[in-house]
Amino acid sequence: MTETAQKKKKKLSPLVALGILLALVMCVLGLIFPRGRELPVISMAAERIPIPLPLPGFQEGFPNTLPTALLTSLVLSVLALVYNLSARRAEKTGRPNRFLVAVDALFEGLYSFVENIARDKTRALLPLVATFFFFILTANWMGLLPGVGSIGLYEEHHGERVLVPFFRGANADLSTTLALAIISVIAVQVVGLRFQGPRYLRKFFNFSAPPNSGALGPVLRIANGFAGLLEIISEVSKIFSFAFRLFGNIFAGEVLLIVVSFLAAFVATLPFMGLELFVGLVQALVFSMLSLVFYTMATHHH
Amino acid sequence: MEYEAATQIAAALAIGLGGMMPALAIGLMASKAMEAIGRNPESSGNILTNMILAIAFAEAIAIYALVVALAIKFVPVTPLH
Repeated sequence: MTETAQKKKKKLSPLVALGILLALVMCVLGLIFPRGRELPVISMAAERIPIPLPLPGFQEGFPNTLPTALLTSLVLSVLALVYNLSARRAEKTGRPNRFLVAVDALFEGLYSFVENIARDKTRALLPLVATFFFFILTANWMGLLPGVGSIGLYEEHHGERVLVPFFRGANADLSTTLALAIISVIAVQVVGLRFQGPRYLRKFFNFSAPPNSGALGPVLRIANGFAGLLEIISEVSKIFSFAFRLFGNIFAGEVLLIVVSFLAAFVATLPFMGLELFVGLVQALVFSMLSLVFYTMATHHH
Repeated sequence: MEYEAATQIAAALAIGLGGMMPALAIGLMASKAMEAIGRNPESSGNILTNMILAIAFAEAIAIYALVVALAIKFVPVTPLH
């Protein structure tokens, strides 16, 4: 038994060893500093970094979700570039590297998942849906990195000293999620017009009655017109439900992590970090899958 | 009532009442999914994915209530005197 244990100890990979070491350091730190001093001011809106930009609306500084969102795009672009380079190299040598295989497997899984819902429209709808998925996933997970929301400048606000972090999870700002939601709902209309043509607009503006309705005709016309109005309202409410679902989940996660780390520092936050990783994945999946369902519904007439 | 006390109670009630129905919905969905898995174990992977998606939609309602509670708690409002 001791022999196998020793063998296992020899095979311990450096990454696992580093992880165990970090966990031990965390435990010791948690014992030395059992809790934080004072809860920081939690702001629902993104804080503004006081560096003016020559753009309308940014004269007094820019929101601290902007660097995170740009960084997210940068990370995704670099990953795409690396994938492209390794794909070219694999074409020459015939031997794909690990990164290529991993990304291919991920995309295959996503493709079959989308195909279950979209059937023959998969190739048209997958690019947008996958972009939503990867952007939201990367933004959510980057918001959990150490330093995000904790490194910043102290500012005077209404006589109080407030920490303005340099980075804040991009989806912990209603503006980001609202932008994503508006893009998604506009894309629903574009998909509907592309696959159904002008017939798609009859969903919203329909004042016709069935031919054999007789005296009830005018009533049915008004009823149909009213149903169209309800469809318009439902499209608008989709924007808000998309935006608040994502913002609420991610912002609530950040507040949860802050509050827990001020109840018992270091150790107690670790399971919640795992929970937030899961929530980030599920919310990215929910946003993209719900968009996909709306697109698929808009492609055919019913 | 003191303004501070009123906001505390309002925030607690917002999430407390708003969490009740989503909790019931999530429980119903999970129980149905478990029944389905018990009846048809080979399709458990498919059922699990759909269950998590559906649960996320019910959870969103609770999250709206949580957003309202957090807004009451953390967004400063100048009280009327």
